[in-house]
Amino acid sequence: MAQKLIPELLVEDNKFCPGCGHGIVNRVLAEVLEELGLADKAVGSLAVGCGCLMMDTFGTDWVQAPHGRAAAVAVGVKRVRPECCVFTYQGDGDSLAIGFSETMYAAIRNENITAIIVNNGIFGMTGGQMAPTSLPGQRTTTSPKGRDAALTGQPLNIINQMKNLPVGYLARGSVDTAKEINKVKKYIRTGIETQMKGGGYSMIEILSPCPTNWKMTLQNSLDHIRSTVRATYPLGEFVKDGERTDA
Amino acid sequence: MTKASKKRLHMVQHHERCKGCGFCILECPKEALSVSDDVNRKGYPLVKLDEEKCIVCAICHTVCPDYVFERREVA
Repeated sequence: MAQKLIPELLVEDNKFCPGCGHGIVNRVLAEVLEELGLADKAVGSLAVGCGCLMMDTFGTDWVQAPHGRAAAVAVGVKRVRPECCVFTYQGDGDSLAIGFSETMYAAIRNENITAIIVNNGIFGMTGGQMAPTSLPGQRTTTSPKGRDAALTGQPLNIINQMKNLPVGYLARGSVDTAKEINKVKKYIRTGIETQMKGGGYSMIEILSPCPTNWKMTLQNSLDHIRSTVRATYPLGEFVKDGERTDA
Repeated sequence: MTKASKKRLHMVQHHERCKGCGFCILECPKEALSVSDDVNRKGYPLVKLDEEKCIVCAICHTVCPDYVFERREVA
């Protein structure tokens, strides 16, 4: 057995709520960047949301983009500094509501960046409002009787939108068990390797609990992901090396 | 036997980082973790590790969102 130490890229303790999945994704991302020797060449692009808290605690270079526009800024950075590992780190409200156009067009142009999208089904930082990814019937502060799919549409499955495009890598993981967290690490590593070998756009969506705004205990949040969220958002690799793996 | 090989792996805890979410307690396969009565400086209840039950699998390290656990060689 080898030692398992906390990555040096995590320069400070994180600021997320207790039980938040962001902390796990931060650690996994830091481990991958260190293992691939990219810690000094990584540039992250952040927009708005809980993910922005990592600007103070995660030791890579960062660019602050306008709300939702992290993908557009990352594309600009990658085009002028192609030797850098450029990634976006966004939540679902940021990347799939306000920034849907930027996220989608980066994939349509097959830009050589890695997008990490942490999907907890709500707008976390602003107090738990309904997001495009909220499940039908899900209670949020702006849908207190549950999301009405007839009125507000079906939840947005971004991988279904992207998997017919000529992109490099698409995968969806979850942080609800240790096994799935290890798979998330594999997905993020493959996504970043795809970018560094010029394989095109890579996107990893990660299902994450938000016990604070779901108003659940951590145990109930994890059970909710396993029983309900995963049914709408199936896990796995959907596109690898530009080829559909689920077709 | 060299001096290095005498070192043993242990789970080391950084209690001051803990926010008491309990993810490690839910996932520990040997039920070696439990909530203690003590609190850290932030006021969150500490997680107590039973060294006798612990098999140093580091699943707590994998699931912890707050980087509390490390698997380290301790002499």
